[in-house]
Amino acid sequence: MTNKDYIDIFSGLKGEEGDLIPILQRIHEKFRYIPEEAIKQMSLFLKISENQIFGVASFYSQFKFVEPGKCTIKVCMGTACHVRGSQSILEEFKRWLHIEPGQTTDNKLFTLETVNCLGACALGPIVVFDRDYHGQMRIKEVEELIQKYRSENERESEAVV
Amino acid sequence: MRNHVNAKHLDQIRAEVLQDRGANKPCITVCGGTGCHTQGAEVLVGVFREEVRKQGIEESVDIRITGCHGFCERGPIVVIHPEGIFYEKTKIKDVEKIVTETIVNKNIVETLLYRDLSTKKRIVREKDIPFYNQQKRIVLGNNGLIDPTDIRDYIALNGYQALVKVLRDMTPEEVIAEIKASGLRGRGGAGFPTGKKWEICRSTVSDMKYVICNADEGDPGAFMDRSVLEGNPHCIIEGMIIGAYAIGASAGFIYVRTEYPLAVKHVKIALKLAREYGLLGESVLGSGFKFDIQVFQGAGAFVSGEETSLMASIEGQRSFPRPRPPFPTQVGLWGKPTTINNVETWANIPHIIANGADWYSKIGTDNSKGTKIFSLVGKINNTGLVEVPMGITLRQIVYDIGGGIKSEKRIKKKFKAIQTGGPSGGCIPENMLDLPIDYDTLAKAGSIMGSGGMIVMDEDTCMVDVARYFLNFTQEESCGKCSPCRIGTVQMVEILNRITQGKGEEADIERLENLANTIKTHSLCGLGQTAPNPVLTTLRYFRSEYLLHVKEKHCPASVCKALIEYRVVPEKCTGCQRCVSVCPTGAITGPRAQLHNLDPSKCIKCRACYEICHFDAIAGDAIVIRSKGRSADEQTK
Repeated sequence: MTNKDYIDIFSGLKGEEGDLIPILQRIHEKFRYIPEEAIKQMSLFLKISENQIFGVASFYSQFKFVEPGKCTIKVCMGTACHVRGSQSILEEFKRWLHIEPGQTTDNKLFTLETVNCLGACALGPIVVFDRDYHGQMRIKEVEELIQKYRSENERESEAVV
Repeated sequence: MRNHVNAKHLDQIRAEVLQDRGANKPCITVCGGTGCHTQGAEVLVGVFREEVRKQGIEESVDIRITGCHGFCERGPIVVIHPEGIFYEKTKIKDVEKIVTETIVNKNIVETLLYRDLSTKKRIVREKDIPFYNQQKRIVLGNNGLIDPTDIRDYIALNGYQALVKVLRDMTPEEVIAEIKASGLRGRGGAGFPTGKKWEICRSTVSDMKYVICNADEGDPGAFMDRSVLEGNPHCIIEGMIIGAYAIGASAGFIYVRTEYPLAVKHVKIALKLAREYGLLGESVLGSGFKFDIQVFQGAGAFVSGEETSLMASIEGQRSFPRPRPPFPTQVGLWGKPTTINNVETWANIPHIIANGADWYSKIGTDNSKGTKIFSLVGKINNTGLVEVPMGITLRQIVYDIGGGIKSEKRIKKKFKAIQTGGPSGGCIPENMLDLPIDYDTLAKAGSIMGSGGMIVMDEDTCMVDVARYFLNFTQEESCGKCSPCRIGTVQMVEILNRITQGKGEEADIERLENLANTIKTHSLCGLGQTAPNPVLTTLRYFRSEYLLHVKEKHCPASVCKALIEYRVVPEKCTGCQRCVSVCPTGAITGPRAQLHNLDPSKCIKCRACYEICHFDAIAGDAIVIRSKGRSADEQTK
């Protein structure tokens, strides 16, 4: 990350306190998490302490401080999905990936997350792999999806080599 | 009073669009709401465009991707105008047939029509489908007709005419009087009279005032606001400009939750177009009234939906609520008077102004006027968004519009409860289904109107588990500022966890009630004050279920994991080995064509065998989930 990147991120903003959350969102959009260096840069730009920035950022669930895996799996835990069995779907993901929600697999491939509601309740229980929605999930499909993404990723890495 | 307003260009656009379309020009509309979107609506539109080009008729037919039609269960939805022919679950392979048969040959494609659940008859027109014909769609009505990214569509349907009327013919006081007379109450849940809120804000003297649209729709299972934001953003913007004129505000914010990317996109496009057409800016429609709106994206905190927290978030702080009074109408954003209304409230404003307070106040009940949008989800046949007049009964919504309870694999299921108002609401039992819905009756029943989530639950839903689910939600989302909410909800979740794990005792029920009442009366903001409602209502209407969990360690709905076990029913097992192949722990064994054995000590209750057996038409339900400690014949399931 160069200084120019930060100039881009801060462009069009006056550096007022109210800009803090929009800036955090821009940084998150770019890196998918908030690196430590970014907090320092923000502190200089907004003239507020790093502590205060971290305090605000850590309050909101949108902002993460660890680089996520290549693919983020979001299991919807909304009420409609809950009464249709989303808890069992989540358990199955935990079992296959050996991680808890909020964690990333050792090979940095998957990050598991839960979301409160995606608003696509007709399709519950619903799971999102990055941007792909998978509705009316069944237990067995959990493994199938994980394997599918794994092999796609392997093919991609081979293609790069 | 008659002020100068320059709205000629709006009239011109309307005339142009109407002339271009003509009354009989066919139009293929594809629902672009998130429900249909995730099922491939966008691809579908592309295929339609390609197909009409291929057939050489692109000049004589319009194709439009519209806002949410509300009937998410049946997506992707395609409606052909002007006839209003409704095609459900449309796939790419159906496109050619629709274009050839319906557009060119004017025939109906029978197989794509909706089939009535009770009469089994096919229904041709959208408006004749029971899901739609019992609704009163004032706010949602135009969602299916307009392309939300094209302001001309909205203008063609008399969009921004209410604003023209307000700026040209009405004083701010007259606008407020009209809204007061309409009886409109806040659709965010609390139901405060909108006109009164505006009046207080107008009378507060200040050099700067704000209006805010609260689009931080955080209730799980509710997506009404998202649908309006995505499908008809201009009616919200029009409502906000009218509100700003009435109270004397010059800046506005739309606070949208970040989980709604499509809504953010459509609102941003709409704002940009509104500026280009002179509807926002230094002088709105040349009237000299200055007003502009910007979008602020939430960052994933449920408490931000509370108005004082929402303002803290815009100010760049943690979303902490603060005590009220002073109310935002007096001391709001950056200390200035601020009117905060919910999406649906703002979207009602243009309709009230255009049709008059008299018209509006004739809809609904004595104390709750107009319509309300609910998102009907859960164990229901017709999942979707419904807009109904206040005063309709829950039974009408669940059975007439919702089509009743969803069966599972040909087995009919019984209604158990309906949950309204999200984590702040409560569960209403079957014997109260004839309750007419308005703000006051729902409050009396121990629930709230809330923003409009309605989750239908059947006999397979455990009410203790539901209460635990909601408490767990509010506990995680509690901002931590005040101790009754921060500490109390944790205690309640611990007790509920204990009960669902079979470790509860009778005194726990009393403890829950004590905690609930303390949190309710002592919390700082609405989140804490309403957090115990799911527990209190389930204790009120489903106490026996708590007692069964506590005294007999029995979960009658067979949901609570610690209290259930999986079994193989010997008479039904065909020995097909499908369950053996999916069992991840090797708990099920048995050779082909012979009775399988399930070892409970190895079983992790993952449900995989139940699902695969359940979907096998030959074997049927040979794998069953039963509550432990009860013999098979004592159980209904």
